[in-house]
Amino acid sequence: MNYTFHWNTVWNVKEALLKGALVTLELTIASMLLGAFLGIFIAFGKNSSRKLFVNIASSWIEVARNTPCLFQIYMIYFGLGQFGINVSSYFSVLIALTFNNAGYLAEIIRGGLKSIPVTQMTTARSLGMKISNVYIYVILPQVFKIVYYPSTNQMMWALLNSSLGMVVGLSSDIAGVTSFEQARTFRAFEFFTAAAILYYAIAKLIMFLSKTLGKKIYGTD
Amino acid sequence: MESNGTVEIITGLHIGDFFFMLQGAKRTIILTLVSISLGTILGLFIGILRGVFNKYVNYIFGLFLDFVRSVPLIIQFILVNAYFGISGHAKSPFFIGVLVLSIYSGAYISEVVRAGVLAVPLTTRRAARSLGLSWFHDLFYIVFPIGSRAVFPSWINIVIGLFKDTSLIAVIGYIELLRAGEIIITRTWEPILVLGCVGLFYFIICYPISKWSERFEKKVLT
Repeated sequence: MNYTFHWNTVWNVKEALLKGALVTLELTIASMLLGAFLGIFIAFGKNSSRKLFVNIASSWIEVARNTPCLFQIYMIYFGLGQFGINVSSYFSVLIALTFNNAGYLAEIIRGGLKSIPVTQMTTARSLGMKISNVYIYVILPQVFKIVYYPSTNQMMWALLNSSLGMVVGLSSDIAGVTSFEQARTFRAFEFFTAAAILYYAIAKLIMFLSKTLGKKIYGTD
Repeated sequence: MESNGTVEIITGLHIGDFFFMLQGAKRTIILTLVSISLGTILGLFIGILRGVFNKYVNYIFGLFLDFVRSVPLIIQFILVNAYFGISGHAKSPFFIGVLVLSIYSGAYISEVVRAGVLAVPLTTRRAARSLGLSWFHDLFYIVFPIGSRAVFPSWINIVIGLFKDTSLIAVIGYIELLRAGEIIITRTWEPILVLGCVGLFYFIICYPISKWSERFEKKVLT
């Protein structure tokens, strides 16, 4: 192989790469939190007795799960532009990821809700609790435990999908910084190796934190 | 669209664009089929062999597969493309796409296969071996039939995931469906219409398969 590696070029911009890692983390966490918030509503919407809610919730879930994430980002980035709403690449990635996460998380939460026996609701109701209180104090704490590990899995997907911002010109996350730097220096291999290692490190970090946190809250598995 | 008080009917889209996108769709499907075939063979191979290897080989394999699963596909495409570029043997985007996607799907499939092998009760396998079946007989007549039922729904999920992930190959210049759509958008500026068609195409392939696999899973489990 007739090629000299220039790892120094990568090392020189390490601050920018680490800042990119922060942006990636920020995108991942923000989209997960927003997605979980929406996902709860969608899960309840799909279980509701109102036909309209069921339809909205199931089309959200099915579109989010059955189309590529890149398509969803394009839809926000280019699609909203047609209506005169110009979204920056950062927000289009954030919105699309939130949409995607909400769809997947809704299914996970719905599975969790399903596994709680209906008798718990009737029991709590007959003890005189309000419906909202039954959910807050009885049902949701159990659901959170069931959905915890599948959600961390979804978080990994959010991390991987956040790299797609590069395609719509996001230049502040890891993938964006590396593609910018490699365009400047023509050192694609070195820079993307660094990006791969950074993503791997973040993925491991998320896995480690979620496992230790899970053990702390819920005991072993 | 309204401009200067008149309604524009001509959109810049024409029939050729439709065929252009159809060609992209064909490429997406071919890429998926080739990659999933190779990936399944690879995954089966690794998944079964990991039960045979000693723990050091397993550890190295596990590390590699873990790496493949934890790095965004888009980075892997560019990395492999760059590697072939600097090594002086530049390959076509299709070749790199198939290579990366096969290994990527193989990594996921191997994990699923391993779970499938573990799903077969050890006592059943021991009984088979003590009845005089060889290791290969045990694999083909005992492990495959029982394990494949447990594995099939997860495999379908991987296929759907892979089908969607082929859209990322655009970064190394392969014109599949989504990239074809993007090219048309930059010329005609009709994003909703074009993207709508692209999204619909992905949806009408993924949705029935995932629903069917869900039903299958329920039937097997009960």
